[in-house]
Amino acid sequence: MNKIFETPQQALEGVLHDGMLIAAGGFGLCGIPELLIDALVESGVKDLTVASNNCGVDGFGLGKLLDTRQIKKMMSSYVGENAEFMRQYLSGELELEFNPQGTLAERMRAGGCGIPGFYTKTGVGTVIAEGKEVKNWNGQDYILEEGIFADLSIVKAWKADDTGNLVFRKTARNFNPPAAMCGKICVVEVEEIVPRGSLDPDHIHLPGIYVHRIIQGDHEKRIEQRTVRKREEAQ
Amino acid sequence: MPWDRNQMAARAAQELEDGMYVNLGIGIPTLVANYVGDKDITLQSENGMLGMGPFPFEGEEDPDLINAGKQTITELARTSYFDSATSFGMIRGGKIAAAILGAMEVAENGDLANWMIPGKLVKGMGGAMDLVAGVGRVIVVMDHQNKHGDSKVLKACTLPLTGRSVVDRIITNLGVLDVVEGGLKIVECADGVTEADLRAATEATIL
Repeated sequence: MNKIFETPQQALEGVLHDGMLIAAGGFGLCGIPELLIDALVESGVKDLTVASNNCGVDGFGLGKLLDTRQIKKMMSSYVGENAEFMRQYLSGELELEFNPQGTLAERMRAGGCGIPGFYTKTGVGTVIAEGKEVKNWNGQDYILEEGIFADLSIVKAWKADDTGNLVFRKTARNFNPPAAMCGKICVVEVEEIVPRGSLDPDHIHLPGIYVHRIIQGDHEKRIEQRTVRKREEAQ
Repeated sequence: MPWDRNQMAARAAQELEDGMYVNLGIGIPTLVANYVGDKDITLQSENGMLGMGPFPFEGEEDPDLINAGKQTITELARTSYFDSATSFGMIRGGKIAAAILGAMEVAENGDLANWMIPGKLVKGMGGAMDLVAGVGRVIVVMDHQNKHGDSKVLKACTLPLTGRSVVDRIITNLGVLDVVEGGLKIVECADGVTEADLRAATEATIL
């Protein structure tokens, strides 16, 4: 079975529909599926619910899908980097469901593992707990959170082989594996597709069973906060 | 003289013990890393890294290597990377010994508010709720009073909570307080600050 597609547009063919739920990997602008986001913009698919830790920045990453009003609702933990997000949210054009970061990651992981709900102490006694079932174990309250079952996962990895085995690079791994796991269809963009057998099986971060379609392309990899130290500060 | 930012960070660093895995928040908590001395401390970055190194030299920034504040950083010989679900698994699972965090308000029962001011721009809680619910010990480092001179150490928080009864120790520019049964206990006063000064500046019950 061929998983390799030539372009992001081809890789998304037949899997998009209005109102769908998309899980996206990335943290800030690190490890985001920028090529697939561009292809979503081009497709015109709309009324999207997107589960992603952040929503890009103005004009880059998922921010592009805000500019075109293709997103109806975001499920995120932090959206402070995006003025257009705030404008649409405050004017009521955009729905927002805040999730604590670890709860969001676990909701994706759980969905991918066939777990419809789990209990966590994160958010107990806060607005996050409102309306959620509470259960007590050994004197500690836990709230019920639901697994995320997405229609589509869009993910960025460093390398893939043709069977979809993935290797990520440094902190660009972040939400990509759990996002990949929770989608009915998972489309991955990578910097390099390598020959079968060239990845050490012991060093695969996500096995190809989770991956349905792969594209290779060039990434801008924009840095959000460039922080450096001077060489003379070194010991 | 109350402590300045660096003195507060240095005091907070005394809380850390050799061998600890620790998560440092943004702001003054980030400065704590400068004061750990010879102690063998491993810093976690909750996006998915243990063994966080210093900022890179100019020209060596790597867009694939950032901390939870989205700043470019470096790795160390001990560094490991993992996905965000695993990262918060170790937080929720109590594997991280301590988190040192900033705060807007702390209450005498350990309630913490540090993510939202109603009516102002809401950015989100990020990983703060997971951290305070999960780590072994929560240490707050903040100014004792806000810019209007009102106590940030309160009988009850007025802002939406990040966590309920989660704070263990409060380090401010005026001193160190522990959350205990029935209120707060003074552990230490900042240089030149008397116990009476600390009590006068605090709305919360001090035992």
